[in-house]
Amino acid sequence: MFENFDPRDGKRLQLLDENGNLNSEVKDLPLLTDIQVLQAYKTMIITREADEWAVSLNRQGRMPTYPPVKGQEANSIGSLMAVNNDDWFVQAFRELGGLLVRGVPLSMHYLYFLGNEMGSHYEPKKYHVLPISVPISSQLPHAVGLAYAELYKKTNKITLVFNGDGGTSVGDFHESLNFAGVWKAPVIFYVQNNQYAISVPRHHQTASTTIAEKAFGYGFTGVQVDGNDIFAVHAASRIAADHARKGGGPTLIEGFTYRLGAHTTADDPTRYREDEEVKEWKKKDPIIRLEKYVLNKKLITEKQIEKLKKEAKKQAHAAFEEADSFQKESLENTFRYTFKNMPPILEEQLRQRRELERGVN
Amino acid sequence: MQALTIIAAVNDALMTEMQNDKNIVTFGEDVGVEGGVFRATVNLQKKFGERRCFDSPLAENAIVGTALGMAMGGLRPVVEIQFSGFVYPAFNQIITHVSRMRNRTRGALTAPMVIRMPYSGGIRALELHSESMEALFGHIPGIKVVIPSTPYDTKGLLISAIRDEDPVIFMEPKRLYRAFKQEVPEQAYTIPIGRAGIVQQGSQLTLISYGSQMKEAKEATALLHKDGISAELIDLRTIYPYDKATILESVKKTGRLLVVHEGPQSFGVAAEIIAMTSKDAFEYLEAPPTRLTGADTIFPLPSAEHHYMIHTDQIVKTARQIVRYQP
Repeated sequence: MFENFDPRDGKRLQLLDENGNLNSEVKDLPLLTDIQVLQAYKTMIITREADEWAVSLNRQGRMPTYPPVKGQEANSIGSLMAVNNDDWFVQAFRELGGLLVRGVPLSMHYLYFLGNEMGSHYEPKKYHVLPISVPISSQLPHAVGLAYAELYKKTNKITLVFNGDGGTSVGDFHESLNFAGVWKAPVIFYVQNNQYAISVPRHHQTASTTIAEKAFGYGFTGVQVDGNDIFAVHAASRIAADHARKGGGPTLIEGFTYRLGAHTTADDPTRYREDEEVKEWKKKDPIIRLEKYVLNKKLITEKQIEKLKKEAKKQAHAAFEEADSFQKESLENTFRYTFKNMPPILEEQLRQRRELERGVN
Repeated sequence: MQALTIIAAVNDALMTEMQNDKNIVTFGEDVGVEGGVFRATVNLQKKFGERRCFDSPLAENAIVGTALGMAMGGLRPVVEIQFSGFVYPAFNQIITHVSRMRNRTRGALTAPMVIRMPYSGGIRALELHSESMEALFGHIPGIKVVIPSTPYDTKGLLISAIRDEDPVIFMEPKRLYRAFKQEVPEQAYTIPIGRAGIVQQGSQLTLISYGSQMKEAKEATALLHKDGISAELIDLRTIYPYDKATILESVKKTGRLLVVHEGPQSFGVAAEIIAMTSKDAFEYLEAPPTRLTGADTIFPLPSAEHHYMIHTDQIVKTARQIVRYQP
């Protein structure tokens, strides 16, 4: 698997270059069909529009702290398109595109960042998605456990889990890769290496040359892909998924990418990175190169793209309004989901709260 | 009926429930082939196979974190933390995920899982093998904390914990693991979580304890009765959600309260019970509610651990002072 793309030999898998040219020399890799390419492109557009709208809403004071996805869209979209809809998808917090591939309504994503727990109410049987994980990398053991459960039940389902370059420093990363290796768990660890953990550059997180090569120490394969190239992301994820489904165990994929925006809307990236660097990465934008590809291949016209972007904007605005008008969580709901059945101690505390809020004396 | 020790009752509960429900898996350090360092899981691998009872790599945080993943994936994991003093790396998973999953997903995902661990001192163990840190768990919203003190309760409470739809921390008093045997039914039965047990009826003093300290509490109750002091002994059994009704009913009857536990004093279980009682049974109290607990010190190494432990005569002495109290 990935013999020709061993990260220890300095290899990185790229299929679609910055100018939108598909490398025709690479053989035996699963390629996206034209229909899939269009689907991927459309999802990238709506993700970008929705993301930029959230940032803009934050500036208007209508959206609390929000972590932008801009520049990283191909990672979660490409990999989610490579697995089945009933495979588990374990998020970190920059996988909006993947959520949309899975069919999760955009309004739920907004609802979560508007500060409402109902934004994490993903029906597991419908979406097979775990909620956004704010603490870093502690979602990785869940993915291994889910993979074990599916292995145990012999369902042939796999698990795809995300974290970031900073997250590889956390003990959960080591423990999860180690457990997955020992258990031969059907899981794909997808690391979105966007070069910075807030302000701290990648080389301050680990002394290893790549993140992908860490996999070999756990007894399985790692591969580094151009994370701004949806063809490469998809191909690697597809191969890893097939491998896991056949009982081959885990794979580590490092998506080499870049966060074009701030860490969150509360962050000022000019404090820690040069404009020149951002400018260089803007040329590698995953949407620009895919746009060039679909236009070259005549899968879509300029006019259709224009219309698509307009519609995506509308969709984003409508989804936000839907989320914004969603019923606020009640006092009762802040108690109700602590346990399946509310114990008498909590019932009493709820009564007291109600009375205090009523202003009873 | 069979006469079992507490440790055998743990094993029997697992054996019984794993037979009933094929979604139960159990794992942890040395849990598989060896059957656990205390033999809680002995013969389980032989009976149910390596996929249902197995050794995991040595990492408590991932043991708990993967168990949560399994629980969300439809299994019912029962994991063992070898000693409660090793659980601290797993606090990240317990607090940031296990306790919160139901709430943060508004019930879409839940964590029906049990984290078992031996706790308590008095067995001349190595450093970090003797602490009683149940109050730390009791302070985490979203988890239940259970501590049995008899073989009968152990089996019934562990089965309840396994069947519970929410995560349960199950702390086992290792000093009592093999202290005595008791008749335990061979079939499955449950003892409800959240319900205390009245071990001895009495009218002058309510003595509340649980887990490892129940041995001394029972001895003290018997000595007090011989002395003509009628003490009512309550085994708390569930630390959270604790049985407020039973406690209040008893204190309203006796007018006096002594809470005994091994864990440190400040912000401990006794603190909670006394704060609650002082308010809700204020007009019934004949003497200041009192606690007899471990000190706010590091648990000593074996040569001095007897200084830390609460002994029977100390309970008797404190109880007498409470009963004799004159305002």
